[in-house]
Amino acid sequence: MSTIQPRVGEPVSDELVLVQAAKRGDVAAFEELVRRYDRNVFRIAQHITQNREDAEDVVQDAFLKAFQNLEQFQGQSKFYTWLVRIAVNEALMKLRRRRPERTVSLDEEVKTEDDSLPREVADWSPNPEQQYSQAELRDILTRTIQGLPPGFRTVFVLRDVEGLSTEETAEALDLSIPAVKSRLLRARLQLRERLSRFFQRRESGDGNK
Amino acid sequence: MKCSEFLQELTNYLDGVLDERTKSELEDHLAWCHNCYVVCDTTKKTIEIYRDSQLYELPEDLRTRLRSAIVSKCHQHKKTGPRSV
Repeated sequence: MSTIQPRVGEPVSDELVLVQAAKRGDVAAFEELVRRYDRNVFRIAQHITQNREDAEDVVQDAFLKAFQNLEQFQGQSKFYTWLVRIAVNEALMKLRRRRPERTVSLDEEVKTEDDSLPREVADWSPNPEQQYSQAELRDILTRTIQGLPPGFRTVFVLRDVEGLSTEETAEALDLSIPAVKSRLLRARLQLRERLSRFFQRRESGDGNK
Repeated sequence: MKCSEFLQELTNYLDGVLDERTKSELEDHLAWCHNCYVVCDTTKKTIEIYRDSQLYELPEDLRTRLRSAIVSKCHQHKKTGPRSV
């Protein structure tokens, strides 16, 4: 069985030049950085806050905060990792404000390991996503990932959707590498378990071989 | 190798970061344990489906609006200094 290939390529080599220019107050250079990463920040913010208006605010606040604090970006990490760290913090603040009654933390531990043990081991259809319309599929995927605790959801989104490395995810979320790996495993297994309900091979034969 | 040990290494296996020896132990296990094979295969599909999904795409009109708001706040920050934005 082959391994998962990362989606994100190497950072663009002129990025540091843009960051340096933006540090000197060049807003056009910063705008180019916004153009490169606004889609990613929006996606991450939506996944964490699960609210479109909050996500719009997070995009604005995170980029503005990044611009205001560019002096503190020393270039040991990628600009994108640094930006993601800011965006995740802004998104978590939104989430806390919206749901003050619930603890929202990336540090929360969720019960025992048992919640990730596979119970559903039926094989899936060869092309499970083709059983549904695009809108239905989007709805299934959204509802399924929204069911994960924020700490798991965020690790999964950064690693598997946005393609950050384990080290970058740890840095962006201020977690240890073992914590990222453990959450990623549990997030992946829980999503798999929940999606199995929708995607498993059907015996009756409804067009699937 | 037991199924629980396989599961512990699943993420490392899918990410391709295992040493050759552990990888081959895992693949031996996969060859005879159908349940772990299915779990591994469907976990991989889970990741791929999410990676390829178009969840939460930023619409172009909203994108333009957000970008121009950010740019104007950055200009304002430059003019009025750090404390007033």
